Amino acid sequence: MLYRVAGQFKTTYASDQAIFPIAQDRWFALLGLVAAFVGVPLVANEYWLQAILIPFLIYSLAAIGLNILTGYAGQLSLGTGAFMAVGAYSAFKMTTAAPQLNIIIVFMLSGLVAAGVGLLFGLPSLRIKGFYLAVATLAAQFFLTWLFNKVPWFVNYASSGTITAPPRTFFGAMVTGPGATAQARYLVALALVVAFALAAKNLVRGHVGRSWMAIRDRDIAAEIIGIRPLKTKLLAFGISSFYCGVAGAELVFLYLGSAETLAFDISLSFLVLFMVIIGGLGSILGSFLGAAFIVITPILLTNVPQFIGLQLRVDLQKHIELMVFGGLIILFLIVEPHGLARLWQITKQKLRLWPFPY
Amino acid sequence: MKLKSSLTILAGVAMLVASPSVFAAGNEKTIFIPSFAYRTGPYAPSGIPIANGLVDYFNLVNERDGGINGVKIVYEECETQYKTDLGVECYEKLKMKGRTIVNPYSTGITYQLIPKASVDKVVIHSMGYGMTAAADGRWFPWVFNFPMTYWSQASGVVKFIGQQEGGLDKLKGKKIAHVFHNSPYGKEANPTLETLAKQYGFELILLAVDNPGQEQKATWLQIRRANPAWVYVSGWGVMNQVAIKEAAAVGYPMNHLIGNWWTGSEADVLPAGEAAKGYRSTTFTMPGADFPVHKDIIKYVYAKGKGAGERERIGEVLYNRGMVNAMFNVEAIRTAMAKFGNRPLTGDEIRWGFEHFNLTEKRLEELGMKKFTRPIAVSCENHEGNGQLLIQEWDGKRWKVASDWIEPMREVVRPNLEKAAEEEGKKLGYTRSACDKSA
Repeated sequence: MLYRVAGQFKTTYASDQAIFPIAQDRWFALLGLVAAFVGVPLVANEYWLQAILIPFLIYSLAAIGLNILTGYAGQLSLGTGAFMAVGAYSAFKMTTAAPQLNIIIVFMLSGLVAAGVGLLFGLPSLRIKGFYLAVATLAAQFFLTWLFNKVPWFVNYASSGTITAPPRTFFGAMVTGPGATAQARYLVALALVVAFALAAKNLVRGHVGRSWMAIRDRDIAAEIIGIRPLKTKLLAFGISSFYCGVAGAELVFLYLGSAETLAFDISLSFLVLFMVIIGGLGSILGSFLGAAFIVITPILLTNVPQFIGLQLRVDLQKHIELMVFGGLIILFLIVEPHGLARLWQITKQKLRLWPFPY
Repeated sequence: MKLKSSLTILAGVAMLVASPSVFAAGNEKTIFIPSFAYRTGPYAPSGIPIANGLVDYFNLVNERDGGINGVKIVYEECETQYKTDLGVECYEKLKMKGRTIVNPYSTGITYQLIPKASVDKVVIHSMGYGMTAAADGRWFPWVFNFPMTYWSQASGVVKFIGQQEGGLDKLKGKKIAHVFHNSPYGKEANPTLETLAKQYGFELILLAVDNPGQEQKATWLQIRRANPAWVYVSGWGVMNQVAIKEAAAVGYPMNHLIGNWWTGSEADVLPAGEAAKGYRSTTFTMPGADFPVHKDIIKYVYAKGKGAGERERIGEVLYNRGMVNAMFNVEAIRTAMAKFGNRPLTGDEIRWGFEHFNLTEKRLEELGMKKFTRPIAVSCENHEGNGQLLIQEWDGKRWKVASDWIEPMREVVRPNLEKAAEEEGKKLGYTRSACDKSA
């Protein structure tokens, strides 16, 4: 009833091909954007912004990146953490070498560096597939984190081996470093993730995305109909690494403030992969849902006993959190193996018929 | 996009639900001190006794004295698993409940919190860990790392090795290896060791062990090949016991292996069994549970069923470490109260207390900690205080003190430290404060 699509006629190709072809969706998206850009900074306190929403946005961006590679182009990667590290370390090197450079430009440039590294490590994908490729990307993961740990040049010879986000402004407002407000950081992360999500959505709907999906579904057939695997696969690696690189730079500059290679270890790669799998392979919305699930659920679970007035020991609480979280992952994968995005789609289908299902 | 709007609602609801519990404390005068604990994960063997010691001492102060000068301590634990991102989340969460002191118990987390703390006006007390450069209070007014930094500690260890060899000049041409956790924590001692290697002419071998440190076969084979005269270990969590076991496996003489003060607890030596006999580590607290303060903890806390851990584990090395940390916090607050009055204090006021911290022999005796640790004084310029270190030895059953208090080589450490403080401070855009005596 609320979600009736009857009477919404598409009279042009443009309206038929819109990202949100249904009016209600458009309104939802618009409202959501307004709420995220205006409402949240006004309402949410520092804890929510700093500890939950900012990491959620950053991980969403990384998940979109991996989703392009794994979900759309079908290339399994375990090197996400390393590509994020490339973004973070190159952003650090660039902004310390050229402090006057705008921080957003630094993010973009470090994304490009990550893209270059991604291309390099994407080369084996032309020869090897599936799990074997996963092992090759695993090599990237271990090699790159080792490199950043080993060569002191990357950390400007800091004896601790950590990189620290220096204070930088964007249009006069402090956005990185300790002096930046959580609101400013949140808005930068939000603006970036919205812009990049829009770009990714358009990319995967177009010519490029279709060739990725063709390669994913049957590479030989794709080659026969004239899609060049070299170009397509490497493009996927490049763009995916670009997204991950920007996300990595944001992770240090907007969220953690300072980091060491440990922050980018293999568990980060797995974390982002889980986000993509749980959210939905081959879905931009799924990247957001997956990131939300992985980032927010543990924090909610940790805080639930306190909200209901239950005083538990922290270790017990943590163990309960791990058990419930693991259980939820299994539950979701049983209920809907195609991820939360598919679940959302099914809900939408049901809503269309509601209250008269057949 | 729907997600964002529902998140907003969720945030609103969560805050509504959360708000009553924040104000539930009532009218009683309280001071909030968070505890960053890790009772789960690969670092739990080290984290549990520390967290228990910390909390037990807070409970002791509450139960025996009715709080600090009548202001009760309210604490809350937050599980960090020794992970930096969880540490940041804990910091943000606990910051809302009170901005006083944090004891991060991780050098990695300390590095994350140093820039935040000065903005939020929260004192960081990284007791014997964290960023060494922060000991220069003129650059880092909000960070305290007394009783000693990693650099001073490393210099103390080299001094001890010199004593064992019959003089620091005997170190010339000898090999000393540093086996360290490959993290900001483990790397911290390296610059000082390098300086001292140049000064005394010994060859320094640096061997990194990757997180979490369960795999050290290659490291110890390298040691067997290079055969250094002494091995200094900076480990934490599960890495410690593996290091000792591997050292025993390659036949490295246990009495030439020295751990830093985070690499010498019961949990580290017990798994190696008999082989760990003779293993030494540094410390700045006495081992054992024979001090009056331990008896008080049993009488006022454990007898009332409020103990955080098992009664038998009172007096373990890391338990005592957590306890002394809590004592430092409490005494610093007490110092501040002498100036600002017996009421809940702000972070700024507590910082004053830390800067004027002066723990005397007499005060230690009153606290039931005579000879348990050394008297210590902190100043505005010097945030590591005048701490000294002890060497303790594992005799197969318990830790025993095996040296006198050792004075670190301050004349070597301090100039480098001031240089590093300037570097690190400038990275964060800080300026040097004057440390005005009248303030």
